[in-house]
Amino acid sequence: MLARIFALVLKEFRALLKDKRSRMVLIGPPLIQLMVFGYAATFDLKNVPFAVYNEDRGHTARELFAAFDGSPAFTKVAQITREGEIAPLIDSKQVLMVVHAGPNFSADLLAGRSAALQVIVDGRNSNTAMIVVNDVREIVSRYNIQWTHDHGGSPPPAHVETRAWFNPNLESRWFFLPGIVGILTLLVTMLVTALSVAREREQGTFDQLLVTPLRPVEILIGKTLPGFIIGMGEATVIVLAAVFWFKVPLVGGLITLYTGIFLFLLSGVGVGLMISSFAATQQQGLLGAFMFMVPGIILSGFATPIRNMPQLVQDITLLDPLRYFLVVLRGVFLEGTPFHLLLNQFWPMAAIGVVSLGIAGWLFRNRMY
Amino acid sequence: MAESVVGAVADGSALEVNRISKTFLVGKREVPALQDVSFRMRRGVVTGLVGPDAAGKTTLMRLAAGLLVADSGSIGVLGLDAATQSLQVQGTIGYMPQRFGLYEDLSVQENLDLYADLQGVSEAVRPARYAELMQMAGLAPFTRRLAGRLSGGMKQKLGLACALVRQPSLLLLDEPTVGVDPLSRRELWDIVYRLVREQGTSVLLSTAYLDEAERCDDVVLLHEGRLLAQGTPAELRETMHGRSYEISAADIDKRALQLRVAHTPGVLDALILGNSVRAVMQDETPPAVEGVRCAAVPPRFEDYFITLLRQKTGGMPDVTAMAAGSRQPDSDKAVIEVQELKRRFGDFYAVNGISFSVQQGEVFGLLGANGAGKSTTFRMLCGLLPPSSGTLRVAGADLRHAAAAARERIGYMSQKFSLYGNLSVAENLNFFGSIYGLSGRRGAQRIEWALNEFELRDIADFTSGDLSLGYKQRLALACSLMHEPEILFLDEPTSGVDPLARREFWARINALAAQGVTVMVTTHFMEEAEYCDRIAIMAAGEILTLGTPSSIKQQARSPQLPQPTMEDAFVELIRAHEQRAAA
Amino acid sequence: MSSRMRLRGLVRKEFLQIVRDPSSIAIAFLMPLFLLLLFGYGVSLDSKHLPLGIVVEQPSADTADFTAAFRHSTYFIPHDYATTRAAEQAMMAGRINAILVLRQDFAQRLRDNDGAPIQLIVNGVDANTARIVSGYVQGSWGIWLQHYAQQRGQEFQVPVDMQQRVWFNSELRSRNYLVPGLVAVIMTLIGALLTALVMAREWERGTMEALLVTPLSMREVIVGKLLPYFILGMGGLALSVAMALYLFEVPLRGSLWVLFAASALFLVAALGMGLLISTVARSQFVAGQLAIIATFLPAFILSGFIFDIGSMPPVVQFVTHLIAARYYVAILQTVFLAGNDWSVIVPNALALVAMAVVFLGLTWKKSRKRLE
Repeated sequence: MLARIFALVLKEFRALLKDKRSRMVLIGPPLIQLMVFGYAATFDLKNVPFAVYNEDRGHTARELFAAFDGSPAFTKVAQITREGEIAPLIDSKQVLMVVHAGPNFSADLLAGRSAALQVIVDGRNSNTAMIVVNDVREIVSRYNIQWTHDHGGSPPPAHVETRAWFNPNLESRWFFLPGIVGILTLLVTMLVTALSVAREREQGTFDQLLVTPLRPVEILIGKTLPGFIIGMGEATVIVLAAVFWFKVPLVGGLITLYTGIFLFLLSGVGVGLMISSFAATQQQGLLGAFMFMVPGIILSGFATPIRNMPQLVQDITLLDPLRYFLVVLRGVFLEGTPFHLLLNQFWPMAAIGVVSLGIAGWLFRNRMY
Repeated sequence: MAESVVGAVADGSALEVNRISKTFLVGKREVPALQDVSFRMRRGVVTGLVGPDAAGKTTLMRLAAGLLVADSGSIGVLGLDAATQSLQVQGTIGYMPQRFGLYEDLSVQENLDLYADLQGVSEAVRPARYAELMQMAGLAPFTRRLAGRLSGGMKQKLGLACALVRQPSLLLLDEPTVGVDPLSRRELWDIVYRLVREQGTSVLLSTAYLDEAERCDDVVLLHEGRLLAQGTPAELRETMHGRSYEISAADIDKRALQLRVAHTPGVLDALILGNSVRAVMQDETPPAVEGVRCAAVPPRFEDYFITLLRQKTGGMPDVTAMAAGSRQPDSDKAVIEVQELKRRFGDFYAVNGISFSVQQGEVFGLLGANGAGKSTTFRMLCGLLPPSSGTLRVAGADLRHAAAAARERIGYMSQKFSLYGNLSVAENLNFFGSIYGLSGRRGAQRIEWALNEFELRDIADFTSGDLSLGYKQRLALACSLMHEPEILFLDEPTSGVDPLARREFWARINALAAQGVTVMVTTHFMEEAEYCDRIAIMAAGEILTLGTPSSIKQQARSPQLPQPTMEDAFVELIRAHEQRAAA
Repeated sequence: MSSRMRLRGLVRKEFLQIVRDPSSIAIAFLMPLFLLLLFGYGVSLDSKHLPLGIVVEQPSADTADFTAAFRHSTYFIPHDYATTRAAEQAMMAGRINAILVLRQDFAQRLRDNDGAPIQLIVNGVDANTARIVSGYVQGSWGIWLQHYAQQRGQEFQVPVDMQQRVWFNSELRSRNYLVPGLVAVIMTLIGALLTALVMAREWERGTMEALLVTPLSMREVIVGKLLPYFILGMGGLALSVAMALYLFEVPLRGSLWVLFAASALFLVAALGMGLLISTVARSQFVAGQLAIIATFLPAFILSGFIFDIGSMPPVVQFVTHLIAARYYVAILQTVFLAGNDWSVIVPNALALVAMAVVFLGLTWKKSRKRLE
C-alpha cells in the first residue's frame, strides 16, 4: 500500500515538474507575484500629489503648508492662485487634494478665532479619500496643539490618547502580507490540483488507474500529497520572504502557524480535487477553479472586512477556507494568538478539507460521462 | 464545371517533390522527418503515400499543403511553390487532415457552409454542389445532425465533402481510413475513384493499410523519412513473384503453426490466414517445414512492403519468451461471462442486451464499426462503467464492486494508449509496476524484462509523449503486462499502427495466449480477426454473429463470392443488418 | 469580397459553437451577474458597526455624556466591560476592535480642566480599520468638546478648523468606486476566459490544421475569433453596467457612449491577452494555468481598484503599466463619478489601444500560418 502510494506521488511530481515550462509556471509566478504584490498591497499613502491655494499673506498659513509637505504622505506639485484652477487639476488626476487657506486665515488665527482650512479631495476612490482626510486631520490637530501651546491658550478639558496594539505604527503592509501568503498558497494549490484529474480523464490515463488494484483512497492520497508538499514548500518560502524581506514580525508560534497552513492546504487541495474530479474537461476544470478562487479571495476579508458585508454574504463566506486561514495568519504573525484561541478557525478548515476530499474520492469512480 | 478542371490537367505533374529535407526538434533531440526525398506525382491518378509509422507521410502532406516549410528542397504543387505561394496553393487544393478537421458541435450543413465560405465558393453554385456532395457521401438525410453525433465512417465522408466543396484539382488525404470500419472504407474508395474518373482530380492519399495501397495507381514508399521505392503496385508486387506460399496442416493449431513457420530459416514473414499460414521467403525456395502442405500463391503488395522493411530493420523480432512462468491453458473454464448486458445513455442504448462467454486461454475478438458498442462493453467489463442491466463476471467477480485485489488479475490497454506523456519510458514502466505492488528485485526484474522483450532499452530515457505511435503502443502493452495478468483487455490496440508493428503485436498476443492468458480484444482491422479463436461482430449495441473466423466467413459464402475474406463477411453482415433496421 | 465571405463563415461558425456550448454564454452573462451580485453587496470598505469595548471605571454624569455619542452611533456597537483587563482579553479573542477607557479620575480632571485623558486602544492588525476607528473617535471627541463648552456657556475655538469637501463622492460611499473597479476585474476574467482556451482547443482537436489549409490569412483567423467573443463580451458588459447603475445606484456622470467606447477598447485588449495565452500555450493545460496566474490577481491588486497605484514603489508602479485593467479602472471611475474628463480618458484610452495592438500583434506574430 505504501509503495503504491509512493509510486503515485512520484508519478504526480514527475508529471508536474518534469516539463520545464510547467515547472516555471509553478515556481516562478508565485514568487514574482509575492514581490510585486507585497509592495503593491498597502493602504498607506505615499507622495500623494496635492496643490496649495494660499490666499493668505501671513506666514502662519505657510507654516501649516510646510507641515503638509514635510509629511511622507503628501507631495506638493502645484501652487495655484485662482479658484478656477482647482477643478482642472483634480479632474485630470494631477492632484488628489487641494488645500485652501482664505485671505483672512492669519488674521483669524491671530485674533483667536477659528481659521478655516479648506481641504478639497478627489473622492473617486473613496477609501483613498478617507485616508487622505484622516492624514490631514492628524497634521492639523498636531498643528493646533502646537499653536495652542505656543500661544498660551488653554488646552481642551479632555484629550484622546491613542495606542495601537500589535502594529504600533499602523503599517497596513503588515496587514496585507500575511493575506498575500494565504492568497498565493491558494493559487499554488489550485494550479497543482484543479486540472490534474480532468487532464488524466481527457488523456485516458485515469481509466488506466481505475483498472489497477488501486483503491480510490490511495489515488486520493496520491493526488493530495503533491499539492500538499508543493504548497507547504511554497508557503514556507513566502513566509520566510514576508519575515526576512518585508520585515513583518512573526510573533506567534511556528506550530500554530504550520497547523494553520496544514489545514488550509488540506481544504484547498480538497476543493481543487473536487472541482477537478467533477469536471469532464479541462475547460470545465478551469472555470470551476475561477469560480472558487475569485469569490474565495475577494470575500475572504483580504482587502475588505467581512464585517462590512450583508449577513447573507457573511454566511456564504463560512464556506471559504481562506477566510479562516487569514485570521490564523494575521493572528499568528502580528498578535501571537495562542493555539487554543484559533481552534474555531482550525476545525472549519479541517471539515471543508475532509468533506471535499471525500466527495472527490467518491467522484473518481462514480462520475459519469 | 467538371470539364474545365479536366482541361487544366493536361500535362505536367500534380506534385513535384524536389530533394526535400525536414527536421523537427523534439525536446532537445533533432528528429529527421524527411531526408532528401524526391518524386513526381502524375496528374489525374490516385497516388498512395505508403509507409510505416514515423515514415514522414504526414510531414510530406503538410509540406505540400504549405503548412510547413522544408529545411531544404522545394515542393511544386500544380506549378506553384508550396513554400512561397502557400496561399495560392491552398486556394487550389483540397486537404483532409487526420481526424477529418470537423467541428463536432456544428451540424453537417454548418460544416459545409463554413468550408464553402472559407474556400470562397459563390452562393450561386452552392445548392447544386451541396446536393452533389451530400448525395455522393450518402449524408443527404443527415444534414441537420451534429458532426459529433455521426459515426466514424460518416465523419470521414463529411470531412471529404468539406475538402471537396470547391472542387480542387489536387486532393490530399492524410490517413483518411484510420479508425474507420471496412464498409466506410469501401465507400470512400468508391468516391475517390469517381473523382478521378469523372473530374480528373489528382489524389494523394497516405495510408498504413497495405490492401489500400494496392488500390492506388501509383505508390510512393517512405521509410524513416527516406524514399524507398516508387511505382505501380503491380510492378512492385511482381518483384516478389514465386516467394509467397500458403502452408496448412490439419493437426496443428494455427498459432503453433505460425510460430513454427516463423522460425523456419529463410522465412521473412508468416501471417495467419483462416486456418493456414501465409509465408514470404527470402528467395524462391519453398519453406522447409515438415508435415505440412505447402502451395505457391500469387504475391501481394504487402509481401513486397514487408520484405523491403525486413531488409531495412533486419529479420523478424523474437517474441516467444514472454513470461517467466507459464500457465497451462484450461479451455473449459469460463473466465468472462456476460448475460443480457445493457448500457443506456439517455434514451440511447450503446449496448443492448449482449451475452457471451470467454474461456481461459482464448483470444476473443469484438469487431464492429465505431459506435457499435465495443468500447462501452469493454468499459463495463473492466468496471469503469456500471451496466444499466444484465450481469457480468470477470474472473468470477464484477470488477466494479470486487475488492481491489481482483483487479490485479486483469491488464487493460485502452485505444488511446494511455501513458503519462511527460514521463519517460522507464518511469512509466516503473510506475505501473509499483502500483501493481511489484517492488524491489521483482520490480527490477520485470522492468528488465519489459525493456528487453519490447526492445525499449535504447529509448528508456525518452519522454513517452514524443514516441512514435508504434513505440507508444509497445510501451502501453508492456505497462499492462508488468504484473502478468491472467486476463488482458485490449481496446483497439492496433489503431493507426503500421503493419510491421501490428505483426509484432500479434506475435506477442499469440505467445501470451499459448501460456494460458485470456485475451479480449476489439479491432476494426478485419485481417486481425483471423488471429482470434472466436469473434463477435457488433453493430448498434448488438452482437450480430459469434463464432470462429472460418465459420463466420463460411456464412458469407455465395456464388458471387466463393472465397470471401473476413472483410467481405463483415460488410455483408452489416449491410444485411442495416437493411433489416431500415425495414 | 471573398475575404468578407471567409470572415463571415468564421464568425458564423464561432457563433454556432457558442450557442451549442452554453459554457461561453455562462461565462459572458452568468459570471458577471453572479460575481457582481456577490461582490457588489459583499465588498465594502465603509466600516460600520465596529465592535467597541467601553470601560468606564467610575461612571458619572460626565462619562455618560461622553459615551452617549458612541452608544447612539451607527459606526459602533458598544460592549461594556468592568475592567480594562476584561476588555483586553476580549480584544485578544477578536471580539472587539478597540477599547475606549475612561479612568477613575476622568470626571475629576475634567472639572479641574486638567486635560482629562481618554484612552483609546485599537487593534492595529488591520491598520486601515484601526485608523478609521481612531478617526471616528477623534471626530466624536471634537463634537463633544463643542457641546461641553456650550453647556458651560463658553465658546470653544480650535485654532485651525479643517473643512473637508470630498468631490465626486461626497458621502464617501465605497461602493461607488468599488463597483466600477469590480466591473473591470470581472471583465478581465471574462475576456481572458472566453478566448484563453479557444485557440488551444482548435489545436488539440486538429481543426486548426483544416482551417490553415484553406486560403484564410492569419489576420482573418484572429479577427474571426475576436469578433464573436467581442460581441458576447459587450453583452456581458452591458449587463454589468446596467447592474451598476440600477442595482447598486452608482451615479453615471459621464456619457454612456464614452463608457462603452472605453469598454470596447478594454475588451479588445483583454480578449487579445486571452488569444495570446492560447496561442503561446497550444495546450489547454498550460493555457489554463497561465490564465489563472495572469488574469485575476494582477487585475485585483495592481489595477488601482483597491490599492492606490501612486503609493506603490516606482518599480511596482512600472509593472502596473502592463496591466490593462489599470487604464480601464481609471476611465471607469472617472466616467462614473466625475464625468467626461478628457484629460483622464484620452491618455488611458490610448494606453488601452496600445495594449490591444501589442497583444494582437504578438498573437499574429506567434501564429504564423504554419504548423511549427
